[in-house]
Amino acid sequence: MRTLAIMNRVIKELLRDKRTLALMFLAPILILFMLKLMFDTNSTTNVTIATVDLDGGIRTELNDAKHVSAKDYTSLKSAKAALKDEKVDAIVKQNGSTYDITYANTDSSKTTATKMAFKNAVTTNSITQMKSTIALLAKQSGARVQTANGATMQVHNHYNYGDADTGFFAKIIPLLIGFFVFFFVFLIPGMALLKERSTGTLDRLLATPVKRSEIVFGYMLSYGILAIIQTAIIVVVAVWLLDIEVVGNIFSVMFVNIILAFVALAFGILMSTFARSEFQMMQFIPIIVMPQIFFSGIIPLDSMATWVQSIAYILPIKYAGDAQSQIILHGNSIFNLGLDIGVLLIFIIVLTTLNIVGMKRYRKA
Amino acid sequence: MDTAISLTHLVKKFGNQTVLKDVNFNVESGQIVGLIGPSGSGKSTVIKIALGMEVSDGGNAEVLGKTMPNRQLLGQIGYMAQSDALYDSLSGYENLKFFAQMKGISKANVQTEIEHVTQVVDLQDDIKKRVSGYSGGMQRRLSLAIALLGKPELLVLDEPTVGIDPALRRKVWTELKAIREQGRSILITTHVMSEAEQVDQVTLLLGGKVIAFDTPSQLKEQYQVSSIEDAFLKAEGEL
Ligand SMILES: Nc1ncnc2c1ncn2[C@@H]1O[C@H](COP(=O)(O)OP(=O)(O)O)[C@@H](O)[C@H]1O
Ligand SMILES: [Mg+2]
Repeated sequence: MRTLAIMNRVIKELLRDKRTLALMFLAPILILFMLKLMFDTNSTTNVTIATVDLDGGIRTELNDAKHVSAKDYTSLKSAKAALKDEKVDAIVKQNGSTYDITYANTDSSKTTATKMAFKNAVTTNSITQMKSTIALLAKQSGARVQTANGATMQVHNHYNYGDADTGFFAKIIPLLIGFFVFFFVFLIPGMALLKERSTGTLDRLLATPVKRSEIVFGYMLSYGILAIIQTAIIVVVAVWLLDIEVVGNIFSVMFVNIILAFVALAFGILMSTFARSEFQMMQFIPIIVMPQIFFSGIIPLDSMATWVQSIAYILPIKYAGDAQSQIILHGNSIFNLGLDIGVLLIFIIVLTTLNIVGMKRYRKA
Repeated sequence: MDTAISLTHLVKKFGNQTVLKDVNFNVESGQIVGLIGPSGSGKSTVIKIALGMEVSDGGNAEVLGKTMPNRQLLGQIGYMAQSDALYDSLSGYENLKFFAQMKGISKANVQTEIEHVTQVVDLQDDIKKRVSGYSGGMQRRLSLAIALLGKPELLVLDEPTVGIDPALRRKVWTELKAIREQGRSILITTHVMSEAEQVDQVTLLLGGKVIAFDTPSQLKEQYQVSSIEDAFLKAEGEL
């Protein structure tokens, strides 16, 4: 009963705080949209390669490759000048059978593309040369040699998730959804409880027969409802507006995020008891919120040192990220993700208990 | 006569500062007891211990026959803190309703209770406005109204009349005396000496101890002065 009254009051206060509402509901949409714009425009890399004294065959192959254009320069000096002026991205100079390649290397994806293109050009060129050599030998010896000329080789690409245009953005989106949910839900309820403490209304509240648990549950419920709406908006925006493919069930995605939101909620309330002002609450962003992004799976965990990996196991976002990727990318059912969900639920129970006990600091009974 | 508050040998330390050394006094049922003392003498601390919001380092606090802290008992106590702890974005009425629910006042009585306390503090015209638009005095009155909700057996008021104009202050005192006539008890801290003249018992808190506990007239006699203010100054000078 009191829990519901507290919930009503918190929601009423929140609905009158238009700025905070906008922060919770519009900011994540805006950020997701900007990310989409950023990662999409960069999906193809065009490189221009300066060639100096390069074998004509290789040069033609290079120029014929997709997104690559080769430009011949008469001297290394003029090629270097072009590189410096950012007119070309790499220089290939041939010295007999040695190739010297100089990369601008200001954009690692261009360097990689150049390396690939050059390797392909050399290979294709030598195959062409081989073919003509074989044909020549065949003519001389009068033997009939069947070359692969007639049968053109074909490669069919199949994508388990997404299509040929699926980029980095698609992979990190499930992880970013989780991070946003965590970030916004962590900060706002903690701030609200902090304000209640600094204005003295918490003391006044605790001077009534209300139970400590009723206050904690009142907060969990009101912000929980908000977090559910927020999560639904973020997931819907990500899936429909930004066109993210979800192989599994979209409601499973929402479910995982809502559980994560409750963890963040309980966590934010707990951390607010260690802050004396709203500004001190903000100080938790670099030490508590930011590290979550590194361990959310955006950077593959198995590329990290073992001891660093083990840190991830105490961070709730790791479990949410795992579960999300499984559902969105691999189409796994939520019922196969009992471990991740279970760990998140344990987080909620432990943190909520700590919050109820922690309120003893303000009233002893 | 029943005892509403009984404090015995209270000791309270904050770090290495001993705020209360040995505080003893009682509030009997149907009495108004004024707790007076200079700023920082520990008046609010005494109140917080009596309500169970702070735990004493020694001694015992009994309220309405039960040892504090005791959560259930809080339903029978009306507390008004020194700061106006109100929800800014809610209206006066919404604040009252919320605290009525927290105090566990039955649904049937909430409306009449709110009307009554609103009238006592003269906020009828502004009760639908948001607290963020209230003046300091209006906030103080709303704060007092919240403490009065539910006809509590015991009222604990920490500087209730700060920022309230004289006419309304008189009205508030009329209400406090009416509460006393119903056999309910009041512990009030104040630094307005004219108010201290109106209480049944004056408790002078100085140097972490109660240095005088008497009726206003006996106190004036004891110090051979004509007002509580002079008694207060004399006591402070003697220390
Ligand atoms: N929570 C606290 N932590 C540390 N010191 C405190 C705390 N509360 C009160 N004090 C100190 O105790 C003394 C008495 O404070 P208080 O009871 O508020 O005095 P009063 O109400 O008589 O003005 C002051 O010196 C104050 O600084
Ligand atoms: Mg005080």
